[in-house]
Amino acid sequence: MTIDLTIVWALIIAFAVFAYVVMDGFDLGIGILFHSFPVGHERDTAMNSIAPVWDGNETWLVLGGGGLLAAFPLAYAVVLPALYVPLIAMLLALVFRGVAFEFRWRDPAHRQAWDIAFQGGSFVAAFMQGVALGALLQGITVVGRAYAGGWWDWLSPFSVLTGLSVVAGYGLLGACWLILKTEDGLQACAHRYARWLGPVTLGAIGVVSVATLFLETAYFDRWLTWPNILWVAPVPLLVALSSVLFWRSLRRGDEGLPFLLTLFVFFLCFTGLGISMWPYIVPESITIWDAATTRSGQIFMLVGAAITVPLILGYTAWAYWVFRGKVKADGYHS
Amino acid sequence: MFETFDALLLARIQFAFTISFHFLFPAITIGLASYLAVLEGLWLKTGKPVYIDLFRYWVKIFAIVFAMGVVSGIVMSYQFGTNWSVFSDKAGPIIGPLMAYEVLTAFFLEAGFLGVMLFGMSRVGKGLHFTATLMVALGTFLSAFWILSVNSWMHTPTGFAINEVGQYVPAGSWLDIIFNPSFPYRLAHTMTAAYLTTAFIVGAVGAWHLLRDHETVAARKMFSMALWMAAIVAPVQIVLGDLHGLNTLEHQPAKVMAMEGHYRSYPDGAPLILFGIPNSVEGRVDYSIEIPNASSLILKHDANAPLAGLETIPEDERPPVGLVFWSFRVMVGLGFLMAALGAFSLWCRWRGTLYTSRLLHRFALVMGPSGLIAVLAGWFTTEVGRQPWTIHGLLRTAESASPLQAPAVAASLVAFIIVYFTVFGAGVVYILKLMAKPPHRGESDMPHIPVRTAGITPASALEPEAQGAGG
Repeated sequence: MTIDLTIVWALIIAFAVFAYVVMDGFDLGIGILFHSFPVGHERDTAMNSIAPVWDGNETWLVLGGGGLLAAFPLAYAVVLPALYVPLIAMLLALVFRGVAFEFRWRDPAHRQAWDIAFQGGSFVAAFMQGVALGALLQGITVVGRAYAGGWWDWLSPFSVLTGLSVVAGYGLLGACWLILKTEDGLQACAHRYARWLGPVTLGAIGVVSVATLFLETAYFDRWLTWPNILWVAPVPLLVALSSVLFWRSLRRGDEGLPFLLTLFVFFLCFTGLGISMWPYIVPESITIWDAATTRSGQIFMLVGAAITVPLILGYTAWAYWVFRGKVKADGYHS
Repeated sequence: MFETFDALLLARIQFAFTISFHFLFPAITIGLASYLAVLEGLWLKTGKPVYIDLFRYWVKIFAIVFAMGVVSGIVMSYQFGTNWSVFSDKAGPIIGPLMAYEVLTAFFLEAGFLGVMLFGMSRVGKGLHFTATLMVALGTFLSAFWILSVNSWMHTPTGFAINEVGQYVPAGSWLDIIFNPSFPYRLAHTMTAAYLTTAFIVGAVGAWHLLRDHETVAARKMFSMALWMAAIVAPVQIVLGDLHGLNTLEHQPAKVMAMEGHYRSYPDGAPLILFGIPNSVEGRVDYSIEIPNASSLILKHDANAPLAGLETIPEDERPPVGLVFWSFRVMVGLGFLMAALGAFSLWCRWRGTLYTSRLLHRFALVMGPSGLIAVLAGWFTTEVGRQPWTIHGLLRTAESASPLQAPAVAASLVAFIIVYFTVFGAGVVYILKLMAKPPHRGESDMPHIPVRTAGITPASALEPEAQGAGG
């Protein structure tokens, strides 16, 4: 029996995208909340809590994009033109946000402007990622081997909804990260945000999930026909359970658990997305096997990935371990 | 029809703009990474403080340039799909895996060693730190290796077959694809160009500080090192460029015809046109200044060898002559100026006036951006010279583009121009500010701002009291 390398690569790409979403999610979230923190100590602390890790986080985005081209060139060629406007907006927003990290400190005279760039860039990037997801789910027009729609097809009430949902979700991740990593005033501030962003995010998950079911009959069938329903039911049930636990731990004043539970809910949402789409990579028109590159290419790349990905993961884990503990305005103290 | 043409032209301008901007940063970091490794190696060997001062001076500049290279590079990894989707579909099975290797390499480099290199000097020990610096230099080389392999394959595609849906797929060994015929030449020429680019920037910064005070020890040292590079490597680069040109003549003769301005064929030896104004309508170079038979001598090593002209190429397969002709001359002209500066510096060195000749310092200062300009001119020559193809002889540029409407591309192009000039303009200002200060004895480490743009920096947490000075 030979292993189906197409499935292996689909899992690798899915992993890279998920790694990106959870890791850049919380630091984009802090950017989204940035201006609600008082200027000075609180703001500097919020920025410092993500400073050492954000760009490693963002590199997963390159791996997601580059990996899609490498492993599923047809999907890359169809999806990217369809999502032209949200993707370009996201990239430009990330440019602004990325340099703001550095320039904010180098140029105190214009710090206010770079702070605005940081928050604006974070918000736009998060919103456009959600919009892109919604646009993909609602279906894109494919004729032959190319995108055949217009340049505003991505814009719909559903995609705006998914965009705002991602903003709320990232905001929640960011707030929970700050609960974990900071103390005193900033932590209390983050706690307040988590208490209202938690319900908002849960509500958004519910609305998006239900709306998704009615986008395509195939989505509906994958979730709500017998016996599929037995296999997929744990996903929404676990979301409900996690939400209850989240609320209780937040009220109890736990510092780490809210963040972990939010991550788990993100994982469940991602799993749900996989259930809706499988085995399509462009919903209802291109499967992963249609889009896959050659077996020779899959093997060639697997050698490189098998060496580097574990090293990257190990290093990343180590970096987070080194930076454990609370952060202060002037950097990490143990 | 008119609509699609417009979108295509805009997409080409956008790609040219974003990749030209992007390449300026790696052109510096490739060379600077190696320069930093040399400085640290010399410091470890000799123990002279001037080397570590220079290392700390340049590593601050390296950090900003690297950061800008990263963010402009993220854009590139998506542009193939957003704007060149048909190309991505057809060539993806070949170029995708090579680019995946580039990402994995760059990723590993960035996550693993950059942070240690930037912040770890006092925390991981000299040996490990030097290893990190070497790894960063190696990583920039590997990045360039994979990307140039992809680019070279688009110029000289080998090792491929065409499958039933029209994709180019690997025919057998990946080695045939990676080491395609133009790759070794392009790699050598481009890497050398990056080293020269850095040398001339370092030389100009040294010259600037020598013009103000020619006693500055570190300025003397960097100036001297940079001009050794100029004196030795600039002539080597001329030879490498010539070899690359001969390789191009073999595989892409139309590009060389455009570079030379040879519209018609010369059965008894072709002239070398030094200057002139290419006139594609009439198919001749107006007001040309020529050296008879010199082109045949250079390209065929025989003054009377026949050389074919663009008239032998079907009209719809000819590259645009004007841009190729001029950018080639800018590149070559700057190359000879670089060699001239190198030779002049040897003369001053021999006379003992290397650190006092204001003429030499002014010359070196003016030549500061010469590497960057030459690198761009070189890329313009080779990329425009490949037109009308994206994959030479296989896939036309007009057939490679995404099915996008012109307003979409026009809007994104304007956005890119505004954002790049704002953001990278600010970055360049910060770099120039750093360069304007002379390196001094006991140069400080990276500013202890608790912030990184590139690289995870766990090392800095190990000594928390070192934090906090900045911000």
